[in-house]
Amino acid sequence: MSERGGTGADGPLVIGGRAFTSRLMVGTGKYADHQTMVRAIEASGAEVVTVAVRRVDLDRTKHEGILYHLDPKQFFLLANTAGCYTADDAIRYARLAREAGFNEYVKLEVIGDQETLLPDVVGLVEAATTLVGEGFKVMAYTNEDLITALRLEDAGCAAVMPLASPIGSGLGMINPYTIRTIKRRLQAPVIVDAGVGTASDACITMEQGVDGILMNTALAAADDPVAMATAMRMAVDAGRLAYLAGRMPRREIAIPSSPTTGMLG
Amino acid sequence: MTGTITVTVNGQDRHLPANSTLLALLDTLELDPRAVVVEHNRGIVRRPELDSATLADGDSVEIVHFVGGG
Repeated sequence: MSERGGTGADGPLVIGGRAFTSRLMVGTGKYADHQTMVRAIEASGAEVVTVAVRRVDLDRTKHEGILYHLDPKQFFLLANTAGCYTADDAIRYARLAREAGFNEYVKLEVIGDQETLLPDVVGLVEAATTLVGEGFKVMAYTNEDLITALRLEDAGCAAVMPLASPIGSGLGMINPYTIRTIKRRLQAPVIVDAGVGTASDACITMEQGVDGILMNTALAAADDPVAMATAMRMAVDAGRLAYLAGRMPRREIAIPSSPTTGMLG
Repeated sequence: MTGTITVTVNGQDRHLPANSTLLALLDTLELDPRAVVVEHNRGIVRRPELDSATLADGDSVEIVHFVGGG
């Protein structure tokens, strides 16, 4: 019997001792322009916003820094180590990001393969161990492998971030079983990172019981990123609420919804 | 020492007056020290130390900031 009174009462998402207001986190890459990016992020309701660390363009021919467009007081900036292929590189980028002075959180990526952008899980655990030792709150992008997720938790990661499907693929949740297994076995928050393509993907992902979703391309590459961000916000809320509500069991036979008695003679 | 030194900044060779500090380099590049993070010969230099960190010929400097990413 439900004691929730129909509200699906939910606690806040807590990562590394900090409570976050939204279970939807969004990236800032690949938008057609900065104005669309800001409007989409606002529409998504996200608090956590990821950014990358790159060389300043000394010739001023490419983009300026993202902080000219995003107010760091309005959002929680989560720096990533995207593009790093070794533990040492990822550690270097994480240290640079922390020195920017916003927070000690890092979205740790150690990529193992250029075509699939799948993680190098050996380097990932190694980098996570080092960074946790240096006081970082590590949120580790990983594949949907339970054992790697457990190793990352053992290493002290603040959150484990298995993929739904490869980065930028938009293929949605390929293996809900393994994601549910990871969520069931870990104490650390599980945030699905990468692969969500549209609102139904986000809803299905949240219905698995995970703590949140991080997405970027699904918004940036939509025809209307602001509208998609709104759809994603609703989908994440709906999926979370459906999970908390507890779905009916699946059956492979029909069961009538209307009485089978009282039929006309 | 007088004259100029050559320093690699973000992969490009730059000629600077000898004994330039990192803060002077940022000033030359018209970069706000609060908006960037600086690495000098692979070591991070904290903002308060930018003014005292002196560059030498052959040094390597990386200047980074946050850009859009996922």
